[in-house]
Amino acid sequence: MSTDTPDASADDAPTDDAPTDDAPSRAELAARVDELEEALAEATADDGGKKMSIIATKGTLDMAYPPLILASTAAAFGYEVTVFHTFWGLDILHEERSKNLQLSSVGNPNMPVPNAVAALPGMDRVTTKMMERRISDNDTATIEELLETSLDMGVEFQACQMTIDLMDYDEDNFYDGVTTGVGAATALQDMAEADIQLLV
Amino acid sequence: MSAEFDIAETLDVKGASCPMPVVKTKSAVDGLDAGEVLEVLATDPGSMSDLDGWADGTEGVELLDQTEGDDVYKHYVRKTE
Repeated sequence: MSTDTPDASADDAPTDDAPTDDAPSRAELAARVDELEEALAEATADDGGKKMSIIATKGTLDMAYPPLILASTAAAFGYEVTVFHTFWGLDILHEERSKNLQLSSVGNPNMPVPNAVAALPGMDRVTTKMMERRISDNDTATIEELLETSLDMGVEFQACQMTIDLMDYDEDNFYDGVTTGVGAATALQDMAEADIQLLV
Repeated sequence: MSAEFDIAETLDVKGASCPMPVVKTKSAVDGLDAGEVLEVLATDPGSMSDLDGWADGTEGVELLDQTEGDDVYKHYVRKTE
């Protein structure tokens, strides 16, 4: 009786190894591991570089700065950077309009004038001029400088096709090097692959 | 101070403010050979923290030293690869 048990397990052991129909052999498993390791190496090689994806939706002078400052800085860190511009964010890529971005005096409690005064005609121009003077006095880079620098560093600027059509902009009026003919799916794909995603 | 390293190139970003000191340092380092040292002269006080952070987060560069004096911040960056 005591010999039955070891015999039974000895019988079982070979039966576990033997059936190749339902359980993969060691060689098959090893091959599968090699295959997976190769796939992993490929996947990590593709994603080897760090990526940042920014969606720029605003076109006021103050809101044009953050995406460009972060984009150029990330490029300096070696990030592959994509900035997708949509709605008023398109103005940052528009060669003429980017040099004439305005600051809103209304709705910003940090402005030195009350909203009732800020709403007067011409006030946006006054506050914009004040800010432009400060930018110049402080040697802060202009939007144009930041954009050109970022382009030089390989940042990809994309102009949303739907809003180009909506705003009736001419693609020729964007800076050289700006990518057109892209939509939300492109932006989403960039965001999915990116290490940092920002909506500005 | 600067005598401790052989400086291959000096980048003058005095007057420039964020993000230009970092951005221009990156471009200048790209033009160096491995092992060479770039001296960066800046007046932006933020460059002390920014260049430190940049060097820390960027492969292939090493921040050797940072000094402060006469309103000029000096940074020494070696390209390591």
